[in-house]
Amino acid sequence: MVDEQRQPQQVRVKIPSLREDLEGLTPGTVVYLDGVVYTAREGVYKKVLDEGAPLPLDLPAVSDANFHCSPAAAREPDGRYNVGGVTATASFRFSQWMPQWFEKSGARIIIGKGGMSADDYRNLFVPAGAVYLTTVGYGTGALLGRGIKRVRDVFWLEELGIAQAMWVFEVENFGPFLVDSDLQGNSLFEQHTRQINARLGEVYAGLGPPALGRFGETDDRSDELV
Amino acid sequence: MISHQAVEQAAYDIMTKAAIDIPEDYLGGIKEMVTTEKAQLSCFVLQSMVENWEAASEDRRPMCADTGLPRYYVKVGNDARIEGGFVALERALRSATARATHDVPLRPNRVHPLWRTDHNNNVGINAPEIDWSFEPDADWIDITTVHKGGLFGTDYRMLFPGDGIDGIKRFYLDTLIAFGKRGLACQPAIVGVGLGGSKDTSMVLGKQAACLRIVGDRNPDEKIAALELELTDIGNNIGMGPMGFVGSSMVVDCHIEVGYTHTGGMPMSVHTFCLSSRRATARLHADGTVAFRTDPKWFTPYMRRESIEWSTSKDSLSKSV
Ligand code: SF4
Repeated sequence: MVDEQRQPQQVRVKIPSLREDLEGLTPGTVVYLDGVVYTAREGVYKKVLDEGAPLPLDLPAVSDANFHCSPAAAREPDGRYNVGGVTATASFRFSQWMPQWFEKSGARIIIGKGGMSADDYRNLFVPAGAVYLTTVGYGTGALLGRGIKRVRDVFWLEELGIAQAMWVFEVENFGPFLVDSDLQGNSLFEQHTRQINARLGEVYAGLGPPALGRFGETDDRSDELV
Repeated sequence: MISHQAVEQAAYDIMTKAAIDIPEDYLGGIKEMVTTEKAQLSCFVLQSMVENWEAASEDRRPMCADTGLPRYYVKVGNDARIEGGFVALERALRSATARATHDVPLRPNRVHPLWRTDHNNNVGINAPEIDWSFEPDADWIDITTVHKGGLFGTDYRMLFPGDGIDGIKRFYLDTLIAFGKRGLACQPAIVGVGLGGSKDTSMVLGKQAACLRIVGDRNPDEKIAALELELTDIGNNIGMGPMGFVGSSMVVDCHIEVGYTHTGGMPMSVHTFCLSSRRATARLHADGTVAFRTDPKWFTPYMRRESIEWSTSKDSLSKSV
């Protein structure tokens, strides 16, 4: 049963992270980050893992927090970057690259939108000692933009474009994020979805099936599409 | 005569306003939900969103970094004259999109579907979309921009008359639940339902119902208005809130638009206008003045006319001014 009365607990975590900091995180904890965070999604994963390009920076030493996102950024005439906001992109599409990425990058914190499946947490995240943080809303682009103090570097900008490039941000009080998966693979989304599913029969009560069905249609509304 | 520079500047200005300032009607709807939402985590998410919009307006930065698909809806008064004609107007809208993309900045979201070519300015083949409508007895042009987010939250289905209102409710629930899980639709949303027309019309009407009508607006057909309220209620009683957490905040408002359809069918679409319900409108008058607002006033009596003639210009204008 999801505990509804508890005020969400808030913590700040320094990056690169310490194991004991990650151990203190439980599903639903509100997290703010300080240090360096980088973006990597399909463009970077393909480049590094499928094509074998070397990592352009010493990742484990600089940052172990991989943000699945693309910034709203523009290059100013003086060569600096103006980052207005950042918003995460849905993470479930990236699970195929995660095991190798954990190994290669030393990532311990994955930040994104909507979490990954409970199986992914059990099979990929728990063995890697990694947690998953989800952005809030998900439209908190302006709050997250405030937390970015400086663009430290950007790699493969020409080749991959603004959305897919690898951005390296110096961040302060960067958040809010919510812990979805803790080090044991307990998932906030899973807990909530289970509770909602329990009532779905009632929600549909009395509504008959449509005259024309669809290929692939399931009548089990507790199924997920991701 | 309305100059194309005026069009370009107004289009640029509404792009910026839409990206940064959450419309009052939607903000009011979410603030109301903060008071009714009993689930702690769902309430936390709503409060964070309110903080986010405040931060966006204070810092003049986009409320969400995902620009969605920036596009335009243009309503042209029947007596409006535009310098360079409609071609110049379309060019001005594309130019304003590119300029705003750099200056706001907006994320350059628009890529070729196959080659993923990105011009870094949100302009490309068929992008931005420009939808047209007309208004009798008017000499102004209304330009509305919408930056609707979302790979998720929209669905279409051919229903049949025998499916009835229950069929509508069921498909509505299907869409909200499928895309509400994990909050893929970035709810609570303004939900638009398109009913009837040909298949493409039902999609277009549902989209416009979500994006071009404000929270609290009701369809002039009383029974449809009642269904809008009922669907809002049904959505908020799924047991789901923002991010797919346990809660009661799913639908800020529901708008239904209809079009006469095939006698054997009842096509239906559902669209969710997300937590970044970005829309802004500029009215360019013939004398060169520009007025900005957040209510597109797109569905005028003329738009919803049922027959060959329409209600008098006076009724029509008082509804759309
Ligand atoms: S759906 Fe809306 S709020 Fe969510 S990420 Fe996209 S634009 Fe932002």
